[in-house]
Amino acid sequence: MAEIRLEQVRKTFGRVVAVRDVDLTIEDGEFLVLLGPSGCGKTTTLRCIAGLERANRGRIFIGRRDVTGLPPARRGIAMVFQSYAVFPHMTVAQNIGFGLRMRHVPRRQIQKEVEEAAELLRIDELLQRYPAQLSGGQRQRVAVARAIVMKPQVLLMDEPLSNLDALLRLQMRAELKRLHREVGTTTVYVTHDQVEALSLGDRIAVMMDGTIVQLDHPSLVYDRPASTFVAGFIGTPPMNFLEATVAARDESVELVVGEFTLLVPALWRDQLKARTGQTVIVGIRAENITVHHGPVPGSLAATVLVSEPLGSQQLLTVQVGQDVLKVATAPEPLLAAGQTVGLTLVGQKLRLFDKETGKALPVPAPPPSEGGTQ
Amino acid sequence: MPRTPALRSLASEKALPYWLILPTIAYVAVFFLVPVVQALLLAFRTQDGQWTTRFLVRMVQDIQFVSALRFTLLLLAIIVPLQLVTALFIALLVNTRFRGSRTFLYICAIPLGISDLAAGLIWFSLFTQHGYINSFLYGLGIIERPIFFLSAQNTGWVLGSIVLAEHWRATAIVLVILVAGLQMISRDYLEAAEVFGARSWQRLWHVTLPLLKPSLQSALIIRTILALQMFAVVVAMGGRMVPVLAGEAYYWYYLYRNTNVASAYALLLMVISALLAWGYLRFLRPREVRP
Amino acid sequence: MTFRQLQRRFLLYMVVVVIALWVLVPLALIALAAFTPRLELYQWPRPVLPSGFSTATMSFFLRSYGTLTSLRNSALVALLTLGMTLAVGAPAGYAVARYVFRGREAFRIGILMTRMFPTSLLAIPLIVTFIRWQLYDTLIGVAFIHTAMALPFAVLITSGIFSGVPKELEEAAMTLGCSRLGAFVRVALPLALPGLAAAAMFTFVISWNEVFASAILTVRNRTLPAQVLTSLEVAPLDFRFAGGFFMIIPALIFMALARRYLFQMWGGAISER
Repeated sequence: MAEIRLEQVRKTFGRVVAVRDVDLTIEDGEFLVLLGPSGCGKTTTLRCIAGLERANRGRIFIGRRDVTGLPPARRGIAMVFQSYAVFPHMTVAQNIGFGLRMRHVPRRQIQKEVEEAAELLRIDELLQRYPAQLSGGQRQRVAVARAIVMKPQVLLMDEPLSNLDALLRLQMRAELKRLHREVGTTTVYVTHDQVEALSLGDRIAVMMDGTIVQLDHPSLVYDRPASTFVAGFIGTPPMNFLEATVAARDESVELVVGEFTLLVPALWRDQLKARTGQTVIVGIRAENITVHHGPVPGSLAATVLVSEPLGSQQLLTVQVGQDVLKVATAPEPLLAAGQTVGLTLVGQKLRLFDKETGKALPVPAPPPSEGGTQ
Repeated sequence: MPRTPALRSLASEKALPYWLILPTIAYVAVFFLVPVVQALLLAFRTQDGQWTTRFLVRMVQDIQFVSALRFTLLLLAIIVPLQLVTALFIALLVNTRFRGSRTFLYICAIPLGISDLAAGLIWFSLFTQHGYINSFLYGLGIIERPIFFLSAQNTGWVLGSIVLAEHWRATAIVLVILVAGLQMISRDYLEAAEVFGARSWQRLWHVTLPLLKPSLQSALIIRTILALQMFAVVVAMGGRMVPVLAGEAYYWYYLYRNTNVASAYALLLMVISALLAWGYLRFLRPREVRP
Repeated sequence: MTFRQLQRRFLLYMVVVVIALWVLVPLALIALAAFTPRLELYQWPRPVLPSGFSTATMSFFLRSYGTLTSLRNSALVALLTLGMTLAVGAPAGYAVARYVFRGREAFRIGILMTRMFPTSLLAIPLIVTFIRWQLYDTLIGVAFIHTAMALPFAVLITSGIFSGVPKELEEAAMTLGCSRLGAFVRVALPLALPGLAAAAMFTFVISWNEVFASAILTVRNRTLPAQVLTSLEVAPLDFRFAGGFFMIIPALIFMALARRYLFQMWGGAISER
């Protein structure tokens, strides 16, 4: 087990910069998720750590050892591939024991460790089978067993669940979490699925265009996205955005959205005063909007465009002035398109972003402290 | 930072593919370029290093030259279109994926493994004086005495027999190329066309054939160039009764030990090949389609 | 099934059977001729079916002067060709399949073009070069030109085969402790082996069948096709039939074994991309 440190790592393919001078420290025993849309550089970053790609610039350390120039075999890593890459010409046992054979571990010991790993992954019944006789989920387990049997310092996983069907993915996700708790190896996990990231990661590094745009605990990535990109990428549905003009009136500050006015919670007041007259982006998640069926003072009048019953909740698409918002509310009563409702926003959960840069304005600490952003 | 392991392995990883293709490039360079240059020298230079067109003139003035050129081009003009049509027909038939189409395809591909000499001998056994065709016709009571298919008096019969033999032997190459091409065309296109109401011949004409054009083009080039080199089939069936260019190249060396004129023939064939290939590539250029 | 469908199906299989017979009957007939008693071949009227089975024709051919030596020569040349072709071509096939590098497309097109080059004609100018290099009338000399002929096919087939082995398998082996070469030897090679065997068989057949260059570049060390070709003028009918049949046999066997890979050899149009 070891910590991983990336210093100014850059990787280009021709003119395309896949990884742009990334600095990242992953702590010993941590489960770090690299999350981002396809083409953001997350897989390339992982492959640089593995040694399957050589970084054009920068250094990579695993457990204080500089591995920048080392081939994959000498980095003390093990990897689980998206396509599993289980060797079709070897039995499950031979697959799992392959790495140990390469290390010239005595035969008896290989057998013992293979059996242990297989038991851990619950595939001990399948040891003599060939991959062609296995289901996708079973192959996935072989790939994981093959990696952990190496007792690597670092475990790398490249979208390991993306080829499984939805139910199996759910099951495997929980299992990977259990496995990490039991084995405790430093793990880097690449995915484009935010639910996986939120459920598995100790920390999430959100990537875009080859850079890490936010590195935080999952709840903070969700609750306090560092930019409109992160806010829009994470969460289903993504965060609602409204353009608003900051207006100062007497002591208080208001946000003017079209013909409506939002009252700003007291804790934002000082920060916004400085931006009087400027335009900012207001972000609010669907579940932080309250729907009122009758008239409530201070609420926004909205018209329901679409209502989608989703079982545990009801997802509304509503129109407020010129803007369209997504609102999550209780499944009952079911609202119909064309119905008029009143909306109030949970002031605590309002997030504000700079219009030019898309960066979040720092969330002010509320009186009973909750801890600030990074 | 000089000679860090990182830089060294980066260089070697990048260079690796070039090292891997180097032997092939070197081999092709030696075994294609050397003889081509040598052919030019042999055809246009005398023993003592004088440039000359003497050998060229000798080739052209030889009595066999004009008929060899004529027969070669004639055979080409008959055989290639015939094979293309037959192969396309069989390929489309195979592509309907009827029960047993795989087996049928492999049967049709068998001649691909048969040498031109052996194929010539097979058809010789059919057409010769006491061959199967005469026996068969006699058995049916059609003829009393054997027909001399393969005699110098009857170049028409000889030519016909050669066409049949070549058609039997070499249609398989075209077939395999076309089947490979058809397999690359996604069924979705045909189904889409069907949904929009195209009838089967309309699908063939507006979807399949345009998408198959690259394969048709390479089949045409490969087959034409191979037909230009037609040699053993002709020799096995008719000796020198129907002279062809490759045969003349062979005889000029084998009978007269004249490498200069033989080289001139070889060069002529290469030039015709190159011109025809260039023509096909230039004038049958497929539009920007990629199945 | 309607009557119309039945009719169409009947028509389809009629056509299929006729075409298949067109291919198979000549093969059957040469085999028949090779086992017909020698004298019957010269009779008139000659019955289509022989009166009895006889190995006399075949043994006459095999015992003719030079046949066995040329048979041995053919096998040797084919094996030499096979070895050289795979040694030179397979690495290139691997490079084309695995790496994206500058010039890859140009190399691929170049290979497709050399596939169409009338290579056997090069034998004529090579006479002079081979005499100088002391390769004239040697088996290795013939193998050299056969290798030039088979090389483009070998590159195309092997690149097809190696593309069929996912890159991740080799990468996985590398993360599990193999070197670059080790990953190739332990993972890619075993998986590519059946395909490589097919490539070897095709190469063997190309060399085994080649007649023009072999006949030109040899005098005493003739290969089987060259031997048969140069004997044609004087050879009796039974020699020709037996020779024709004999040359076909190994080619047919190898083709049958390697038939799945036929398409990698000839597929791939020139104008694509």
